[in-house]
Amino acid sequence: MTQGGVLRAAPPLTALLMAGPVLAGLGALAIPLSDGDGLARLLAWNGLSGAVRLSLVTGVVSTLVSLALALLIVAALDGRRSFRLITRALSPLLSVPHAAAALGLAFLISPSGWIARVLSPWATGWQTPPDVLILNDPAGLALILGLVVKETPFLLLMILAALPQADPARRMTVAASLGYGRFAGWALTVLPAVWPQIRLPVCAVLAYAMTSVEMALILGPSLPPTLAVQIVTWSMQPDLAWRGPAAAGAVLQLGLVVAVLAVLWLGERLVAVLGCRLAFTGRRGARLDGIVAPLAVVLAAGSAAAVGLGLAGLGVWSVAGLWTFPDALPATFTTGTWESAAPGLLAASARTVALAAISAGAALALTLACLEAEVRFGLRPGHAALWLLYLPLLVPQVVFLPGLHVLFVWLGFGGSLWAVAAVHVVFVLPYVFLSLAAPWRAWDARICVAGAALGAGADRVFWRLRLPMLLQPVLTALAIGLAVSIGQYLPTLAIGGGRVTTLTTEAVALSSGGNRRVIGTYAVMQTLLPAVGFALALALPALVFRNRRGMRGAT
Amino acid sequence: MRSAISKLTALAVIAIAAVAGPLRAEQPDPKNWPAVLEAAKGQTVYWHAWGGDPKINAFIAWVGEQAEARYGVTLEQVKLASTADAVATVLAERQAGQDADGSVDLIWINGENFAGMKSEGVLFGPFAESLPNWPLVDVAGKPATVMDFTEPTEGYESPWAMAQLVFEHDSARLPDPPRSAKALLDWARANPGRFTYPQPPDYLGTTFLKQALYAHVADPALLQSPADEASYEAVTAPLWAWLDQLTPHLWRSGQAYPANEPALGQLLADGEIDISFAFNPGRASAVIAAGELPETVRTFVWDGGTIGNASFVAIPYNAAHAAGAMVIANLLLDPEVQARAQDPAVLGFQTVLDVASLGETDRAQFDALDLGVATLAPADLGPALLEPHASWMTRIAEDWVSRYGVVQ
Repeated sequence: MTQGGVLRAAPPLTALLMAGPVLAGLGALAIPLSDGDGLARLLAWNGLSGAVRLSLVTGVVSTLVSLALALLIVAALDGRRSFRLITRALSPLLSVPHAAAALGLAFLISPSGWIARVLSPWATGWQTPPDVLILNDPAGLALILGLVVKETPFLLLMILAALPQADPARRMTVAASLGYGRFAGWALTVLPAVWPQIRLPVCAVLAYAMTSVEMALILGPSLPPTLAVQIVTWSMQPDLAWRGPAAAGAVLQLGLVVAVLAVLWLGERLVAVLGCRLAFTGRRGARLDGIVAPLAVVLAAGSAAAVGLGLAGLGVWSVAGLWTFPDALPATFTTGTWESAAPGLLAASARTVALAAISAGAALALTLACLEAEVRFGLRPGHAALWLLYLPLLVPQVVFLPGLHVLFVWLGFGGSLWAVAAVHVVFVLPYVFLSLAAPWRAWDARICVAGAALGAGADRVFWRLRLPMLLQPVLTALAIGLAVSIGQYLPTLAIGGGRVTTLTTEAVALSSGGNRRVIGTYAVMQTLLPAVGFALALALPALVFRNRRGMRGAT
Repeated sequence: MRSAISKLTALAVIAIAAVAGPLRAEQPDPKNWPAVLEAAKGQTVYWHAWGGDPKINAFIAWVGEQAEARYGVTLEQVKLASTADAVATVLAERQAGQDADGSVDLIWINGENFAGMKSEGVLFGPFAESLPNWPLVDVAGKPATVMDFTEPTEGYESPWAMAQLVFEHDSARLPDPPRSAKALLDWARANPGRFTYPQPPDYLGTTFLKQALYAHVADPALLQSPADEASYEAVTAPLWAWLDQLTPHLWRSGQAYPANEPALGQLLADGEIDISFAFNPGRASAVIAAGELPETVRTFVWDGGTIGNASFVAIPYNAAHAAGAMVIANLLLDPEVQARAQDPAVLGFQTVLDVASLGETDRAQFDALDLGVATLAPADLGPALLEPHASWMTRIAEDWVSRYGVVQ
């Protein structure tokens, strides 16, 4: 019976874990805000309007473009042969940490980057790199590009996950029989059913894109930087007086995110009205497909190539000797960078894996407990539960992490691996939960009835039927959890107090130093680790079920 | 509302103080060195040091091996993106009432960060002048070892490397580089987009501004006292006038700047700029030796000298392993360690020791060094200008941010 008690406690415990740190961190903002002239100093900063504009523009534009691109890919290509190819190419990008993707992209597009090198001097005539502002441009275009290539795969997978519940095949059949083109038919009949399920992921992407620190540090402008970067810069100042403006900036940042989410809510209604009007015009849009489908293929392939080539470029840098402009490849190759980086790399990798294993393991255990509690006690998680799950993804990290750090130090856990792992759980759990909940709930309950009829208790059904049959989605959820933990930058830095270093914190610290060779080694490791996780998640079930035909290719 | 929050905060602070209590552990006495060595044995020292340069990281790892072998002290480098992070950690710990057992044992520090920590009273010491290797330091010949940006160190930090600003150019592309502020401006006008400096408040970027300030003040002695309101405007006006003329001809027309010294060096390596500079006369040779810069790169200094200063290590007041930290500070002054740091294949940092007064074998380690193809001989390095008072750096950096920190 005690186990029933533990299980029953899992959902409220998880809710507390999601909401507690966020609320505590927000509360701790009051301390630096209440004394001193934080707000006045924030308003006195001449970069404020620029920083706010940047946060809004880069966040909103990148989210809209990623959303449009993801919808375009699904709408124009779902069911075609190219679709599987493209989703195959884009899904691995999800596991690439933001910092590594940004670093690779930075090298690819900079005036002395790989593209310019390959084209010079034969096509461009450049003997020295052109003096053009591509990276860190004041308008934030490079940052938008980086966010788009990173967020599109996430939204794409979210749409794919939501698709089955929308029953697209029958809707499309009806639309097609009425003469609608594929794209127009999808937009008018399937999208309205998909949207409610991807609304929260879109909000999370929006909140992230407006407040991303590591991508903005690497790709974003610095005159001024985005508001989130400036908040972090101020929180790191030796002079305590800067905590005031940092806290005031954090409140402003939170306000901005809330305001933009409110606008999104209004926009959603506007789009609904316009969409209905469009539907009533009765235009079939059949000719759209000829334009939209190739466009989707080009854009999808382009964003996959941007990240892929960027990472490949960093890989080449990691073994490069002298590599001057405009050589397309290094003049000499060396393993020296890897050799000298090896001790640091190994230590950081070990710590990264340990953190990821602890946090993803804990998140998976909590998720399984919650989902099992749902089944056994007939709980029906409502909208509130879903919002709670998304809370750590919606409230910007820069807003609540600094306060949480002070709290941890005060409690005596500051800078420990366990504290960092605990905070990682807060960010890992939502992804693990979201990825596992749908297959878990979709599991055929009649199997459970059959098991019970044969005399199996609830525990036995769980361990012998449900868990083994759902091994593939469980391992996928675990791999996603590992990848999310590996990619965490700000939580590791803020809660670890700089003492808990991972591949990601090291890579971002190194990126400030601009040594591409060493950055290359860290970015390669950072990309490899999550990839190994996903490979195992695919390989293990195939191995375990090699003599179970019904389990092969399941889910 | 505001006062209610203030009261709440005050309550919270009192509550924190009551829980944490005046928990101040007994720190070791630097004068009793055998006791320090005894206490240090088995300790793990967390050295918070900027981690953006793999060569420095490798050197620190080597120092760690020496410390382990000689004194049984384990050294862990906490790699920072900025030294201010470590200072912020110590201040956050004090704010949270953690007055002992702090997470930072040793900080690579100087200038503003040192002045800030010293005035906040969050440093352990004085300890530097009690270190057994202290008598080897060339205090008379290198006054910067006890005068950190005109802030007397008073034993609260121990020097470990000397640095001087040198400019770098690729002699294959630019055979005759400009050797003064005026010449640089003329050259930049003729060659737009081929020069830049790290974005202030970055350390090296601000140092470049101070170097340019030296070229524009009639009486350099002024810079040794704190910047006061009355004189600041007048003294810096020519600097800003010069910079206003230079900025449109900078790399990216001054719309973006590299983040710091390695980023600037990478621009030279990528051929994006023709002149870069570093706070390390041996950097160019070391990077050439590593095969990351063309062999035609050379260094030069401005007529009239360039700014020089020392790098230090300091120990926070609440360090958990102050004894181990002192052992590391002392080890950094060891002639063998100093000679290794000066080796261009390793770091190429200038020593803080008085090499001439060292013993035969110790001196031989320095004499044996090959300074490298791009490193100027000490005689060609020119005079080392003293750092201006830290207030100048702070004011200039702030002023720069308000003048150029937001692209119109």
